[in-house]
Amino acid sequence: MSDERTISLPVLGQIDRRTAVKGIGATLGLGAFGVAISPLARMREQLSAEELMQKHYKELTPEDKEAVFARLEREAKDQYGADVSIHDPQPIPGVRFGYAINLSVCNGNGKCVEACHKENNHDRDTNQSYIRVFEMPKGTTDFEHGNTTYTHDVPREGHYYLPVQCFQCENPPCVDVCPVEATWQEDDGIVVVDYNWCIGCRYCQAACPYHARRFNWKKPTIPAEEVNPDQGYLSNRVRPQGVVEKCHFCLHRTREGRMPACLEACPTGARIFGNMLDPDSEIRWVLKNKRVFVLKEELGARPTLFYFFD
Amino acid sequence: MSHHQPSAAPGAPADKGSHWANYPRFLWRSLVMATDGGLPFYAWMTFLTAVALVGANAWALQVVDGMIHTNMTDHVSWGIYIANFTFMVGVAAGGVMMVIPGYLYRDKDMHDVVILGELLAIAAIVMCLLFVTVDLGRPDRFWHLIPGLGRFNFPISMLTWDVIVLNGYLLLNLHICGYLLYIRYLGRTPNPRWYVPFVMISIVWAISIHTVTAFLYSGLGGRPFWNTALLAPRFLASAFVAGPAFLIVTMFVLRRLARVDIPDRPIQLLVQIVRVTVLINLLMLGSELFTEFYTGGSHTTHATYLFFGLHGHNALVPWMWTAVALNVVSAALFLLPAAMRNMWLLCAACVLAFVGIWIEKGMGLIIPGFVPSTLHELVEYLPSSIEWRVSAGIWAFGLMIYTVSLKIAIPIMRGDVVLGRDGSRKK
Repeated sequence: MSDERTISLPVLGQIDRRTAVKGIGATLGLGAFGVAISPLARMREQLSAEELMQKHYKELTPEDKEAVFARLEREAKDQYGADVSIHDPQPIPGVRFGYAINLSVCNGNGKCVEACHKENNHDRDTNQSYIRVFEMPKGTTDFEHGNTTYTHDVPREGHYYLPVQCFQCENPPCVDVCPVEATWQEDDGIVVVDYNWCIGCRYCQAACPYHARRFNWKKPTIPAEEVNPDQGYLSNRVRPQGVVEKCHFCLHRTREGRMPACLEACPTGARIFGNMLDPDSEIRWVLKNKRVFVLKEELGARPTLFYFFD
Repeated sequence: MSHHQPSAAPGAPADKGSHWANYPRFLWRSLVMATDGGLPFYAWMTFLTAVALVGANAWALQVVDGMIHTNMTDHVSWGIYIANFTFMVGVAAGGVMMVIPGYLYRDKDMHDVVILGELLAIAAIVMCLLFVTVDLGRPDRFWHLIPGLGRFNFPISMLTWDVIVLNGYLLLNLHICGYLLYIRYLGRTPNPRWYVPFVMISIVWAISIHTVTAFLYSGLGGRPFWNTALLAPRFLASAFVAGPAFLIVTMFVLRRLARVDIPDRPIQLLVQIVRVTVLINLLMLGSELFTEFYTGGSHTTHATYLFFGLHGHNALVPWMWTAVALNVVSAALFLLPAAMRNMWLLCAACVLAFVGIWIEKGMGLIIPGFVPSTLHELVEYLPSSIEWRVSAGIWAFGLMIYTVSLKIAIPIMRGDVVLGRDGSRKK
């Protein structure tokens, strides 16, 4: 019979030199690990227990929402020095939004890009926007010949302009791939993101055929006086670091009867927005009477942002 | 590394004591064995610990300041983390090339060393899970992925399938290895009822982890470079090169450095397997390239970028041709019987194949899916210093797990360490 049978917890047995050295090594290793991950301590300023435990948008009760919005307003004040108001307009029954852009009229002036940047509280450092305008040589629709970084006067001879943003697809591949249902399609067709539920895996960015989604590679910076205080929970509130965002057809405006910021800013009148279910709407007239097309129709995502020529 | 406690091994003799008493002894003994060794062992573990700590520090910075520390962009939104993840799923699945001969074909010599492959699967899966975790923008919201706690988009999202198959594969192998080691430690013969069915499931499961991982990419209609039915078979073929190659080198190292007695037969069997899989892998690569380049058109731009560069952008060109050269040279070596009789040449062939596939299936697969972007913009990507550090840290941690589990498993499987006799050699 060996000693071990009689000792139920061998850890309490005699300690020899080798064990002692191992103990010191393990202690040093743990200490070094603590030092290595010590930058994480800075997270505490940014991350409240309430945020950590917050439930999915669809599981929030009206009282929960009230508390969450109040907390986000407080955080906006603390972190950005801005007095903001966060609300949560719901889809209007009987409304399915559609957008159409007249490529015969668009001249690539980029006012829509700028308006989106301001309206949606985008990061100032990266000059982020949900809209990109491609300058395309006439005679091709191949984006390989397009250019989004032009700085010269517009319109340029021999070119046309193609603004691209989220197409709010009826069959959105980005929603299918999300492992945690952090993004979904609302009843009015708008694809939204719960910025407080997204885990930042970026699978949706890989799945989107249109480069419509953006990731917050860092915490957005916006001067207090430039923060747009009129904010929606699922739309233009300042996004946290490490989550994906996208165009939401300015739902904090459009669900309250206003037009998207990009449309209001467009000086050429190229943009038509409205309720596709309303037979008397302008968007309905365009879809019925113009030569309308969508990008990459063959992929079957069924965009609800259309292009047309006069 | 934790083990599953077998809940009720049948016919446990009463005189050996209960599992409640024996299992803690097994764990304690494992801990002692895992930390005992000579100077080279301590040097190796210290080195791995240091690299792992550098990685942990880099990751902590990335979490706090944001993934701006990486070189990923909205255009190339996955990088070397997901590249390594994809490759390591293959290594994990590759271990099954020992399990199939060992269990299905009842090859006695292979059966004796099959635990090397099962332990490799454990270490590789842990690395996979870490590579996915460090790629998350919000690791603090990890719990959203846990079925029941969060919202699990199953079965629509392929990523939820991957969560299931990877964790399932980890549990299967933890159970198989844990059960075998514990029972051997008790000095008993393992009861096939308690592990053979799990081994059989693990064979199918190994195929599934790499198939599901391929479907993550091949299911995306907007990414023509990945949107090919050949992706899953290609993943499997290259996995059955990389996994066995790693195991051959492991057995060689164990023989030379740890003086473990490993017969030639399992090594030769793995060589024969790789001889086939390395050619299948090259055949599939060639088949992809023919379809891409002979057809032409805009779908070819990704392959053109990868192999030849596009409009002056050619960051991946040297990587990819290195991979092709490594794969072709290793295939040639594997096919030369003379080369395979020389252990050093054999190991060289394995290392070449392993690195070649790491490039081909890692950076060579993930990055061209994003370049040019879905709107044909050319934004290139090479990993940042932080990304290299985090990746190296995870590799070091994976090697630590594998080293430690071998330290525990080999003496137990040899019958050197048995309950009641352990420690007796020293006293």
